[in-house]
Amino acid sequence: MIRRLVLALDDRLGAVPFLRHALRKAFPDHWSFMLGEVALYCFLFILASGTYLTFFFHPSAHHVVYDGTSVPSLHGRTMSDAYASVLRISFETRAGLLIRQAHHWCALVFAAAIIVHMSRVFFTGAFRKPRDLNWTVGLTLLLLVMGDGFTGYSLPDDQLSGAGLRIADSIALAIPVVGSWVAYLFFGGGFPSPEITNRLYAIHILFIPLALGALIALHLAILWRQKHTQFPGRGKREDNVTGSPLWPTYTVKSLALMAATFGGLLLLGGLVEINPVWLYGPYDPWTIASPAQPDWYVGWLDGALRVAPPWAMHLFGHTISALLWPGIVLPLFFFGALYAWPWVERFVTRDRAYHELLQLPWQNPLRTSFGVAALTFAGMLLLAGSDDIQARLWHVSVQQLAWFYRVGVLVFPPVAAAIAWRICVELQSRHAYEEDHPARVVLKRGGEGGFEEEPVPTP
Amino acid sequence: MIALLAAAVLTLASETSAGQPKPPLAHATVPARGDAIKVGGDLYALHCLACHGDKLQGTPQAPGLMNSGAASVDFQLSTGRMPLEVPGTEPMRGPPSFPRDQIDAIIAYVVSHGAKGPDKPAVHSNGDLTRGRKLYEENCEACHGATATGAVAGFGWLAPALLQSTPLQTAEAVRTGPGIMPKFDERVLPQADLDALAAYVDSLHHPDDRGGYSLASAGPVGEGLVAWIAGLGITVVLMFAVGETLKAKPRG
Repeated sequence: MIRRLVLALDDRLGAVPFLRHALRKAFPDHWSFMLGEVALYCFLFILASGTYLTFFFHPSAHHVVYDGTSVPSLHGRTMSDAYASVLRISFETRAGLLIRQAHHWCALVFAAAIIVHMSRVFFTGAFRKPRDLNWTVGLTLLLLVMGDGFTGYSLPDDQLSGAGLRIADSIALAIPVVGSWVAYLFFGGGFPSPEITNRLYAIHILFIPLALGALIALHLAILWRQKHTQFPGRGKREDNVTGSPLWPTYTVKSLALMAATFGGLLLLGGLVEINPVWLYGPYDPWTIASPAQPDWYVGWLDGALRVAPPWAMHLFGHTISALLWPGIVLPLFFFGALYAWPWVERFVTRDRAYHELLQLPWQNPLRTSFGVAALTFAGMLLLAGSDDIQARLWHVSVQQLAWFYRVGVLVFPPVAAAIAWRICVELQSRHAYEEDHPARVVLKRGGEGGFEEEPVPTP
Repeated sequence: MIALLAAAVLTLASETSAGQPKPPLAHATVPARGDAIKVGGDLYALHCLACHGDKLQGTPQAPGLMNSGAASVDFQLSTGRMPLEVPGTEPMRGPPSFPRDQIDAIIAYVVSHGAKGPDKPAVHSNGDLTRGRKLYEENCEACHGATATGAVAGFGWLAPALLQSTPLQTAEAVRTGPGIMPKFDERVLPQADLDALAAYVDSLHHPDDRGGYSLASAGPVGEGLVAWIAGLGITVVLMFAVGETLKAKPRG
């Protein structure tokens, strides 16, 4: 059947040479190469579920009076049309709550999959020339997903949405000199403005998804052109590519992964409650609930706001807000360092060669310790973002916890990096030892009855 | 660090006292008002006097009770907050140490000795839920949380969960402001609002978790954990199943 389809296409497009090449393309067999695919399938899922939600969502800050009966404690309450439409999606639309929850779960898993995929690429040195280009594309994809997640979190106009936007507004205001203009331009006036829901909607369902689609296409096109990297091993060299052909072996594997991703997300959406906006209530700018957290991929920035010292100052007649450091400078530095790393590593190691073979993390202590430090740093900030929940859990003062994280954010990353460095060096010397002293020997019995050792050459 | 340890030990101590029901004291039923005051006096002497003083005047360990009243005493005793096992620790909700008649006796004793605080508030069960929710969101959820699961209130204080609070206890807390909670009297919160608030808090005892398992109402923190462990976990398990690992092949 495939054969006939291919021939039919070839009749019209002359596509056989391309398809023969494409269907035989080798895909690597190691499991970690599928992490990026989970992210890809999350993108498909979030696009499909989000499209369904657009049929019913009203991106409007226009005030309505809730006359539904699904949430008795909101009956007769004035709320935004956006929030009311989310209540309708959740309680009165067929499969509305399932799709809305699965959509939200997908956003969380999407970001997690990207970060794990990026970690694999980073710690194995897959980003080295010529793939440094694709590393920057991938990093931009992560930023876009975070942005799309945040705008989506802000759309239902519930209390958490409003609180998050309020913080975003404050951070925009903290940009030196032009902050107030930027904030007014973006929000269409002072906070809370009736314009913001429409704008977030356009960004959430149009601009960012378009950019994501285009960059994912670019990401894959570059990957297709440059081919996969591979772990060193028998028969794997710098100048070849090994693995299973796209058709049929890899297609089946990948479709199974797609089914697992979609199935897992729908299971979560059906069984585990996420963002129950009817419990949080519609946003009123003068109310705030506690605890209040952003979704996890923004949590580390929230943590930075929580533990950053209140360093506000006046310079040349301008107020420099205390939010400038954690809200703007820190993420710029963090992502700047990630964007720059491939070139930093090239500069430090003077290694300008092409690399098709991967390294294991222990083979490059410098890179591994930097990665471990960066993950520890972001992880500590993420933990600091839920300090109020931990304080309740462990019955400690939230102020003491804030101090713990203030110190921990600075102390733990270098400590973790030093430990990682040490482990890498130890592993290196062990591997060097094993190279010199092959563990297996062949015992040979001589004619006199004695034994002789014969080392086996390493393959 | 020492302060942290001490805090941990203290909370542990208060937890054990809250967790285990204290044996109710054997006393005869309370027949008449005069006897009630006498019984209450005995109980007060045994369980309260050491900290609150013999004339309700208070000691360095605990505040006086002269500005207290039936609402406050009933709240503290019926929610098991008093008597404290360890003086100076934060009172936590637990099973009450006294049966109803003994609580009433202690109230009678304290009131008869001149405590001037508010009497037990009236609560009507026909409170308006929508009004109650708005009042709750504007005045209560900043500490007690949107779903009344409780939260930190700063400097080691906890705003307790309200998931067991009866309408009367809610009203008593609102009127008397226990601990660091502000007090809302009749001028701030009229009777109808109090009824509405008590009704809404009561409705929170059974949260409307139509979306499925609620993850202990931990919000985005719980959701993030589940996304990593269950969401990404499922796919990683599958990747392991269909992919290969770097297991070193035997040499030679």
